[in-house]
Amino acid sequence: MPELNARNLLCPLPVIRVQDAIKTLLPKQQLTVFCTDPGVKYDIPAWCKMRGHTVLSIEEVERDIIVTIEVGEEI
Amino acid sequence: MHKAISLISGGLDSMLATKMMLEQGIHVEGINFFTGFCVEGHTHAIRKHEKPKRNNALWVAEQLGIKLHIIDIVEEYKNIVLNPKHGYGAHLNPCLDCKIFMVKKAKQWIVEQGFDFIITGEVIGQRPKSQRKHTMPIVAAESGADDLLLRPLSAKNLALTKPEREGWVQREKLGDLTGRGRSRQIEMAKNFGIQDYAQPAGGCCFLTDANYASKLQDLWQSRGVRQYELDDIMLLKVGRHIRPNENFKMIIGREEGENNYLEGYRKQFIHLRVLDHMGPLMLLDGDPSTEDLNLAARVMARYSDGRDESSVRVQINRPDREPWEVNVMPLSTTEIPQAWYV
Repeated sequence: MPELNARNLLCPLPVIRVQDAIKTLLPKQQLTVFCTDPGVKYDIPAWCKMRGHTVLSIEEVERDIIVTIEVGEEI
Repeated sequence: MHKAISLISGGLDSMLATKMMLEQGIHVEGINFFTGFCVEGHTHAIRKHEKPKRNNALWVAEQLGIKLHIIDIVEEYKNIVLNPKHGYGAHLNPCLDCKIFMVKKAKQWIVEQGFDFIITGEVIGQRPKSQRKHTMPIVAAESGADDLLLRPLSAKNLALTKPEREGWVQREKLGDLTGRGRSRQIEMAKNFGIQDYAQPAGGCCFLTDANYASKLQDLWQSRGVRQYELDDIMLLKVGRHIRPNENFKMIIGREEGENNYLEGYRKQFIHLRVLDHMGPLMLLDGDPSTEDLNLAARVMARYSDGRDESSVRVQINRPDREPWEVNVMPLSTTEIPQAWYV
């Protein structure tokens, strides 16, 4: 599964990195994003919703916030 | 259906301008440019708060039910900050060049994406540098957007644009706002049923902030060159910055959130920690001598819980070698001259 390191980036940079990463993926592929800015818990789902992607899970492991996204049909 | 791209800052004006177009049946998508200097609650995001800060532009787009495109312009924007054709505002804010640049990028975007025109939330007279009646045509002309640039909030006080001329939008339903007052925007928000929006806080860019601009000037002066990288300008938003001499600067976290943020940079910088007391993390930017490292350790001790002790154990970590420890006497407050604080 493709992974993206967005640790220590502040919003909107994690969203921009997700936006760029998804352009290289295919529909239904999953992307795991490692972040530290708590704002991503709101911003990545908001961005995914408006782009037709699905946030499958958001987990917090120590300082990491791990967001797993399934790419939608329209990239 | 005609299509417009709206420059979304995350504030109320661009939200209202977009809403006015949506009400006229225009398909609107948002565009937001990330320069690295965007205020966007970064200080809030770094510092520890119970409620995490949302990205305002994303929030606005979500409220309006439109798509938002966030564009990273950090590299291209450097030339705007370093060489603004129209000069700076009160600090290092190249507002007019910035607006021209963003509208120019939006113009490129609409050509590539097959959109018809551009809207902004600009209001005549609202900003001293970029939003004045005589600078608004300069933005339209120098960006190349010309009459494809519509400012719905002030349109009735500006020259006719193509969307109005062609009947894509009805000019009589556009606004005639001028000046810095907010009461008419607040009334419009109420009429649109918009209850929650970012409060105006003196601009959306750190370059308008005197303290921030002073730190950026210090960075350029100490390095002898007017350049920056994204990490440089992000770190200027965090911590206490103390510069005893031209060789180096100390960046000291002021609370847990800032220390956590600085932790992310520890592999790139010389960093110091106090070992026998609670204390913040300190990064050193520059090329400190052995004497400078000893001074930094004493300042570090001053900002730890061991400040009143006669000796404090400080660990010094260099990315290129094993860490080592020194025992130092904390500096007193009076031994840190005010002039060292950047």
